[in-house]
Amino acid sequence: MTRLVVVGASLAGLRAVEGARKAGFTGSVTLVGAEEHLPYDRPPLSKAFLDGPVAAPVFREEQVLRDELGVELVLGTRAHALDPAGRVVHAGEGELPYDGLVIATGATPRTLPGTSHLAGVHTLRTLDDALAVRAALDAGARTVVIGAGFIGSEVASAARKRGLPVTVVEAAPTPLMRAIGAMGEPCSALHRANGTDLRCGVAVTGVEGHDRVERVRLADGTLLDADLVVVGAGAVPATDWLAGSGLTLEDGVVCDETLATGLPGVYAAGDVARWANPLFGRAMRLEHWSSAAEQGAAAGVAAALPGAARPYETVPYFWSDWYDTRIQFAGVPDADEIQVVLGDPDEGRFVALYRSGDHLTGVLAVNKQRETMKFRALIARRTDWSGALDFAARRREPVSEGVR
Amino acid sequence: MKIVVDRARCTGLGICESFAPEVFEVDDNGDLAVSSETVPDGLESEVEQAVTGCPTEALRLEK
Repeated sequence: MTRLVVVGASLAGLRAVEGARKAGFTGSVTLVGAEEHLPYDRPPLSKAFLDGPVAAPVFREEQVLRDELGVELVLGTRAHALDPAGRVVHAGEGELPYDGLVIATGATPRTLPGTSHLAGVHTLRTLDDALAVRAALDAGARTVVIGAGFIGSEVASAARKRGLPVTVVEAAPTPLMRAIGAMGEPCSALHRANGTDLRCGVAVTGVEGHDRVERVRLADGTLLDADLVVVGAGAVPATDWLAGSGLTLEDGVVCDETLATGLPGVYAAGDVARWANPLFGRAMRLEHWSSAAEQGAAAGVAAALPGAARPYETVPYFWSDWYDTRIQFAGVPDADEIQVVLGDPDEGRFVALYRSGDHLTGVLAVNKQRETMKFRALIARRTDWSGALDFAARRREPVSEGVR
Repeated sequence: MKIVVDRARCTGLGICESFAPEVFEVDDNGDLAVSSETVPDGLESEVEQAVTGCPTEALRLEK
């Protein structure tokens, strides 16, 4: 094994490189990225980065990547084909032969059809997106956010922090439906309490303007004046370039428990990977920081060192910061029952547990950071529902001085 | 090895607690409590995973 190629230069790709080196891989490492930028961290882009002139959250300086990690950087270059028989990745004008390959091309945000000619309409995934959104906020934009998921809600938070008017339009009845299921109402309350005009259950029928966006039209006839429109409507795995490669592509690159794709030497990691999570006994594709980092490292080791592949399992975890509130979720959101066990949603501080069958399978914590990882650990241990409720009851007992 | 927390970076995401609950605990204000100044015997791998797993790179180990 002499040549490791990693396609995708974001968190998962970087961790693949670092993981391989840490595990003792001494061959050549090539990191291919479609963007011109050095690998950078995405979560801050919809949070602190929007608040003011902070620097790009670059992970490692170029010199560190090149000299300490021994990485050949191929940035600003899009991979466009994989030839598994010849063991070659086609990227830009060139060909990159590999012995081990990690696919970490991430996901591409959904856009609104018919808006590409309008200035002021953005998605928010890349550093360039974030710079554009921040510049618009700097200019005092009236903002319409389409989609009340993480990204949309964090953009609304950033706009309100600056005292700017913002409307969030969401087709579903409550925010964050896909991510946290039926517990969206307390999240709606957060928007309303902070002066965001939240409109749920209504579709966008048009984004209008000449060269620049001027207004957003809703299905109920409402017209919303806008200088900035941010589309936060989810993302699709970036697998177009893998068509015809022989990989199984079903909402992501399908992998086994070890992140192996079935093609010799080829592994996948991060938002693009749909792998069999042993802990839940089902295939999952996650767009979360922790799993991207951990899968990246695991896939890097597996691709670089034959025989090193190990099953990767995790309890999915994500966080989102809305106004002064931290929302954390661990596990999976589809549930047979959801019960608030600690705190009170009306007070904006609570823990809700999610039951599937007889087991605890999810936890939502709002401003309850002390509890999140304790319940996440219960999910990892496959704790049954009564055991989880018992644990919650003990957490409710009064805390005596100096004892937790 | 000494465990060093960069308080300016830490926002209490809790990944460290996930890997090494014996050492790290986040409170409801997002403040991180570290129960040991140095890496406890037998928890080297867990603490290292906590350091690597921190999304804000707020943890490091010093000799």
